Order: sequence, then structure tokens, then C-alpha cells
Amino acid sequence: MKPVNQKAWFLILPVVICVAFSAILPLMTVVNYSVQDIISPERRVFVGTEWFKAVMRDEDLHAALWRQMVYSCSVLLIEIPLGIALALSMPAQGRRASLVLVLVAISLLIPWNVVGTIWQIYGRTDIGLLGAGLAWLGVDYSYTGSARDAWVTVLVMDIWHWTPLVALLCYAGLRSIPDAYYQAARIDGASRLAVFRYIQLPKLRGVLMIAVLLRFMDSFMIYTEPFVLTGGGPGNATTFLSQYLTQKAVGQFDLGPAAAFSLIYFLIILLLCFVLYNWMQRVGTSEKEASHG
Amino acid sequence: MARIELDLAHAYKPNPQRDEDYALLPLKMDFVDGGAYALLGPSGCGKTTMLNIISGLVTPSHGTVKFDGKDVTALSPQQRNIAQVFQFPVIYDTMTVAENLAFPLRNRGVAPERIKQRVGVIAEMLEMSAQLDMRAAGLAADAKQKISLGRGLVREDVSAVLFDEPLTVIDPHLKWQLRRKLKQIHHELKLTLIYVTHDQVEALTFADQVVVMTRGRAVQVGSATELFERPQHTFVGHFIGSPGMNFLPAALVPNAPAGATALGIRPEYVTLAATNVAGTVHGVVTQAQDIGTYWLVTARVDAGQVVRARISPEHAVPKVGDAVWLGIVGGHTCYYNNEELVA
Repeated sequence: MKPVNQKAWFLILPVVICVAFSAILPLMTVVNYSVQDIISPERRVFVGTEWFKAVMRDEDLHAALWRQMVYSCSVLLIEIPLGIALALSMPAQGRRASLVLVLVAISLLIPWNVVGTIWQIYGRTDIGLLGAGLAWLGVDYSYTGSARDAWVTVLVMDIWHWTPLVALLCYAGLRSIPDAYYQAARIDGASRLAVFRYIQLPKLRGVLMIAVLLRFMDSFMIYTEPFVLTGGGPGNATTFLSQYLTQKAVGQFDLGPAAAFSLIYFLIILLLCFVLYNWMQRVGTSEKEASHG
Repeated sequence: MARIELDLAHAYKPNPQRDEDYALLPLKMDFVDGGAYALLGPSGCGKTTMLNIISGLVTPSHGTVKFDGKDVTALSPQQRNIAQVFQFPVIYDTMTVAENLAFPLRNRGVAPERIKQRVGVIAEMLEMSAQLDMRAAGLAADAKQKISLGRGLVREDVSAVLFDEPLTVIDPHLKWQLRRKLKQIHHELKLTLIYVTHDQVEALTFADQVVVMTRGRAVQVGSATELFERPQHTFVGHFIGSPGMNFLPAALVPNAPAGATALGIRPEYVTLAATNVAGTVHGVVTQAQDIGTYWLVTARVDAGQVVRARISPEHAVPKVGDAVWLGIVGGHTCYYNNEELVA
């Protein structure tokens, strides 16, 4: 038998301790809460899977989940193509390129709550440029009064805030394509569309995967901006999952159901990311399978 | 297929003033229809610029490019109907080998049956028929480079096929195979081929005519023999041959032609003489290496220059430190003035 050197375990001990304190212990606390009814700090009762069952049956939560899914899908469907288009239209080199890069990156430097505040003022019909401008055009717009307007405003705000991230990632991807590809395409007589379809898009696959995952996870956990802008209203129109969770945990101090829901939330994100990642990994290769037939 | 005439100069900077501002100094050159040419020179000598001007990827800042007498200076690569193979294999990742080969035809709206037939013919020629349905991205570098070549050949009416150091990323034993393939294709299709390389062996084995370039200038166009026997410029003497030509002051020999300042002689033609006969110089051997089929003897002549000689092992080979008389004048001696051949 080969001798086994058990000393190596000591080398990973620092990592284990760090991860334990930063991730495992907090998560276990949540698991702990999710199976108990905490009546007061001294009194707690074990309830088993009761909170999970309750959460699964919660109509408000179903509505929030649905709202969240529609929102995240809208974010991806708009920000990804828009980001690619933006990256394609950015200058490739020279002084203009650096200037455009800085301009594009500005919105990424603004803290979340400030973004919410900016749009809160921007959208006001009395003093906000957007709100007042729409009112002047005769559009009946109010993010505090109309559920649809509030939802759209939160979406537009996210697009404004995060499309530049997608654009920058794609821009970096585009710059890494060697010139020879474009030259070969010119010699092969490829149209602009064919260059995009057969050279740029396949070469962007890697960065697009990162962009999609980042934007999906971030938008699925969106909290600060709608909290500042609309506070989840009007009604429940902009109450997304994390908002709902906070209301339960901090607002009503229902720690048990909130913990149970946190775990489910966590699993949903994990599952969706796993599905997205695998699907995108396969996009390029399945094309080949299809063309075989 | 076309006869290509160049009469141009190119500078990447606006307003070129000095020679150094030009990537290509003014030159006139003809490439005969169906010829195999090589552009040979060190990095940065302007050979890739010349190739890109021929293909239309670069528009010359001065002068014209003509195909069969027709001015094509302003036309795109597509309109010139040029095929070009680059240093690094360019393939379309998401397509199969067959789709890659079909791409140029599809872009030009050729009928599907015709495309299928052409792709079949080219795949056969490149010995890739078995791989047609494979995804191109997964293939080895040499197969990818064959696809790039195939995309050029798939158009029957292509004016010329240009190669920009196409074998750089290919393994040595496959280089030889691909080069033979190129020769064979040239033989079968009678296309005009122009091949850029900095490797003299590649250039001399591939091409009928080699254009030797340095610092934006084409210093000599000729066959392998011409380049070897009568280098028109001292650079050609240095660059072609292994080792390159020996250059010595013409004053070392008694009857040099008038106006000649330097003489050049290939190491292959330097002889060893027993005594001080006419046309020899005295030197001391500093190095003697056995290269297998011959000895390479390096000697320092009294005037200070180094002379290399290839000596066949049947002769008595001098040892390091021996005093020798080196025969440097003969039928193969070339005379130069200001780097240009005079006699």
C-alpha cells in the first residue's frame, strides 16, 4: 500500500476555518432557524418541516417568485443584446476608445442605494427630468401610483445601471479576436451579419456566459434599488423575492419561515445557474450535432 | 487566374519624407500568371505589407495594382477574388469542415448542388473527405490550415492564392507534407501562388521565383540558382545560403574590376591552397567544425575579416591555429560597389 501523508490536511486548515466562519456557520444558523419556532430568545420549539410546507403554500411568495422570474428574464433579454450592440459600436482604439470606456463605466461606479435615489428624483413628475419630461409630453406616468410604471422604472433603472457591465465584458471579448479572422472574412466575402454570426458571436461565448450568469444572479437578488425607489410598491408591484424575504425576517420577525424561505431561495438560484451554465456550454456544440442531420 | 503587376509604394504614416517612413519603397514588379513566387526576407522587411496590398486588405498610399492589365487598386479582396491563407489558421468555430469550405461560395450565392460538388472536389484534393462532417474547431493546426487553404481553392476562378507564413504553427514533419501538397496543387490547378516566408529553405523549395526583400525594398527577383550564384545585392548574399556569402575588400585581390569595393564568395567556392598563388589570401584557422557531410572552416585573414569555407572531408582539413592560404578568386566570385553587384 502506498504511504498516505495525512499532514496535508493541516495545510488546508486555514481555508476550512475561513470558509466555516464566512459561509458554513451562517448557513447552518439559517438551517437551525428553519426547523424551529423561535418564540423568544429563551423559548424555541422544534417544528420539523412545518415552515417549509407553509412557505411552499404561501400565495404571496408565489406571486413574488413569478414577478422575480419575469423581471430577471426581462433583464437578461434586454441587457445582453443591448450590451453586445453597445460593445460592437464602441471605437476599437485610440483616445476616443479610452474616453468611451470611461463614460460607459460611470454608472457601474455608483452605489446601489444612490442609483435608487437618483432614479427616485429623476422619475418625479414635479422636479425629475424623466417624470417632468414625460408629463410635459402628456404621458400619464407615476412610479408611485401605477404598478406598471413602477415595474418598468425598476427595469429601466437596472438596464441603465448594468448594461455597461455586459458591454465592457463583450468589448474585452471582441478585442481579443485576432485581425486575421476579419481579414479572412473579407476574403471569403462574408457580410457584416455573417461576420457577427460566425466570428464575433462564437468568440464571445465565454464572456457572454459570465455576463448572463452575473446579471441573472444579481437581478434575481435585487434589493436595494427597488427598496429605495418604490419600497416594493405600489401594492406588491415591485416586491421581489429578497424584498419579500426582508419583510418577513426583519419586518415581522418570522425568523422560522424566513429561514426556510432563504434556503429555498438559495436552492432556486443554484439550480437556475446550474441549468443556465450547462445550457450555454452546450449551445456551441449542439449546433454541430444539428448540422450533422 | 491573373497576371499581377505592381507599380507602387506604401507608407503607413501620412506624408512620408525619408526612406524609413516607407513600409515599401517605390517598386515595380510583375507576377506571371500561374507562377509560384515566394517573398523572402527578415521580419519587418515589408513582405506582408506587399502581400496585403496584392490581396486588397491594404490600399497602397502611392501607385497602382493591376490584375491582367485592369487597375484593381481601389477594389476589395472580394472583388479581386483573391484567396489568402494566414499565419495562424482561421476557421469558423461553429461550422463543420464542409461548412467552412462552403462558406466563401455560400456568401457569393452559388447554387447548393454546385457548392456540394466543389466542396467534394477540394476535400478530395486536400485528403479531408473523411473529416467533412467533423467540427472544424476540434482539429489539429495542420488540418485547420488545410481548411483555410481549401476555402481559398474552393472558388474556381480565384485570381491568386496568397500565403502569409502559413507553416509557422505546423509541426516540422507535417510542414514537409503540406509543402508537397502545395506544390502538387500548384501543378494541378496552375494558379498564381505567392508565398511569404522568412525561411529560405521554404522559399527556395516552394517557388520558381523568389523575391528577396529587405527594409521595404525588393533587392532581387530570381530562381534559387540565380540567388545563390549571382546575388544582385550583398543582402541576398548574406541572407541566402548557410552560412552566407563571405565579403572581403576588393583591394585584397590584384585584378578586381574597376569600381568594385567589395568581393563576395560563397563558402562552397572557397578553396584551400598550399602556397601563396594568385587570388589567395593568408589567414589563420580559428574554428573547424564537422557538419557531417562537410567541414566548416572559419579563418581570420590578415586584414582582419572572417572567411568561412566548406571543405569536403576528402581533403586534408586544417586544424585550429594552422596558417592557410584561401583561394577566393574564381568563376563564382562576385564584385560589389555600394552593396550592388558590378561584376
